[in-house]
Amino acid sequence: MAVTLDQTIAQKQHTLLTRVFASQTFWVVIAVILACLFLSVATDSFATTKNLYNITRNVTFVAIVALGMTFVIITGGIDLSVGSVLCLCSMVLAVTMHAGYGIEIGIAAAIATALIIGAFNGILIAYLGFPPFVVTLGMLSIARSLAMVASNNTVVFQFGPDHDKLLALGGGAFVFGIANPVLYTIVLALITGFVLRWTKFGRHIFAIGGNEHAATLTGVPVRQIKVAVYMISALAAGIAGIIQTGWLGAVTTNLGNGMELQVIAATVIGGANLAGGMGTAFGAVVGAALIEVIRNSLGLLGINAFWQGVFIGGAILLAVLFDRIRNFRRNE
Amino acid sequence: MSVLELANISKHFGAIQAVNDVSLSIEAGQVVGLMGDNGAGKSTLVKMIAGNFRPSHGTMQMDGKELILHKPVEARQHGIEIVHQDLALCNNLTAAANVYLGRELRRGVGPFRILDYAAMYKRAGQIFAVLKSETRPRDLVKQMSGGQRQAVAIARTMLSQAKIVLMDEPTAAISVRQVAEVLNLIRHLRDQGIAVVLISHRMPDVFDVADRVIVMRRGRKVADKTIASSSPEEVTGLITGAIEQV
Repeated sequence: MAVTLDQTIAQKQHTLLTRVFASQTFWVVIAVILACLFLSVATDSFATTKNLYNITRNVTFVAIVALGMTFVIITGGIDLSVGSVLCLCSMVLAVTMHAGYGIEIGIAAAIATALIIGAFNGILIAYLGFPPFVVTLGMLSIARSLAMVASNNTVVFQFGPDHDKLLALGGGAFVFGIANPVLYTIVLALITGFVLRWTKFGRHIFAIGGNEHAATLTGVPVRQIKVAVYMISALAAGIAGIIQTGWLGAVTTNLGNGMELQVIAATVIGGANLAGGMGTAFGAVVGAALIEVIRNSLGLLGINAFWQGVFIGGAILLAVLFDRIRNFRRNE
Repeated sequence: MSVLELANISKHFGAIQAVNDVSLSIEAGQVVGLMGDNGAGKSTLVKMIAGNFRPSHGTMQMDGKELILHKPVEARQHGIEIVHQDLALCNNLTAAANVYLGRELRRGVGPFRILDYAAMYKRAGQIFAVLKSETRPRDLVKQMSGGQRQAVAIARTMLSQAKIVLMDEPTAAISVRQVAEVLNLIRHLRDQGIAVVLISHRMPDVFDVADRVIVMRRGRKVADKTIASSSPEEVTGLITGAIEQV
């Protein structure tokens, strides 16, 4: 029987099932579930409402920033400044509100700060050809320093007239007792997933990561898109900073210190490729979840906290190892 | 009637005369082989047609109207499509995504428009069928053979009503079996009434598929004749300079 055109068009390389099994994200999900099951059995304290509430909430800050980072990493770039930008935005919010302004103005100022920093990074990278690593490394230093300048390196814990609103925003649970940050993460993850899969912008991000030269030749506005992804990354850091401020109820200048490495780890564990062209919203969230579960479990199992780095580093290598094994098989 | 007409085109970069007083015309549904040694001016000439460079002197006409190009996008709007030597494909995307790269189809209203996957798969599949290629729209380019990759790059040129397709060394780095495949793709383009300019170093390919051959040497056009009235030996002589001009 001759193959009709429709059959050819419908032809897929993988069925849904084989595609799921071939994805790194799937195996990370399995790892998270197994770890949770193990911990529920091995400890009394894991499967308690309070601990699960804590875990889900702790995941969110890394997850939200990782969602923004996913955009950058898919284009083949990197943003090392997210931890410092998170701190600076928190501090701008805190200082503005401390000075007596309302929460709306505080948030607007924090978001504006994030967007300006993102645009600055993006313009240096896209239009002046600076390497992303260098630009964002510089910004890592600059943003934290600015946060210190803004607060005179003090702890801010009084947020003026809208103090309680801010704390409710970050620390409350508006719906079904689910911590607010978790809700924000879910919403942001859905938006990210939608943009990556269903918009022209998302398609072009993958194209730039796959072959930047080809994207340019086919008329993709490569420079504008690169500026946009660094703005998105900074924006995600800013949003996480605002939420974290509300949750902690205080801002210090070492907030988000070293966070960039956790965020990059989360995206890589979730299946993003640092060489560009690969990454998903779901993967970023799952990667963040795995890191948090590892962190949490070490505490509950009574293992010295100094071992944390070994386990998280091991998880990164293991996740990438799976990817390598699949590639070896494909090449054979 | 000729689709594209170049009259006394020259291009110099500072003191270097890359293209010198070249005139030629290209007919619809014709395959023209553009040959010459490295540095003969082929690429410069093609880049002027593609809108990358502006000629220093001379005029270009398309369908009888003067053609002035400031950037490559404008060439595309006039129906001039280019298949780049490196094909300009993204390995991480599907065949259909590559075909539509930069001009994705969308559906929806106003600012709420999403990618129309179904329509892009369908149209890409139809184009591959016209090209008699086995390429499937949903396959990742990463896993394709050289011939299939060429088909994807060529399919791009058929999205809009292309009048001229410029192909830069399409058979340079692929296997013998795939060369035949690519030459067939070129014939299918020609059968659609599209003019194809084939830049190539490979004599057998040009003599296999082209209707006419243009030879350049040191920025000048030294020959412009039908394939039937020429021979590989003559063209070789023209390229190297053993034969001055015909």
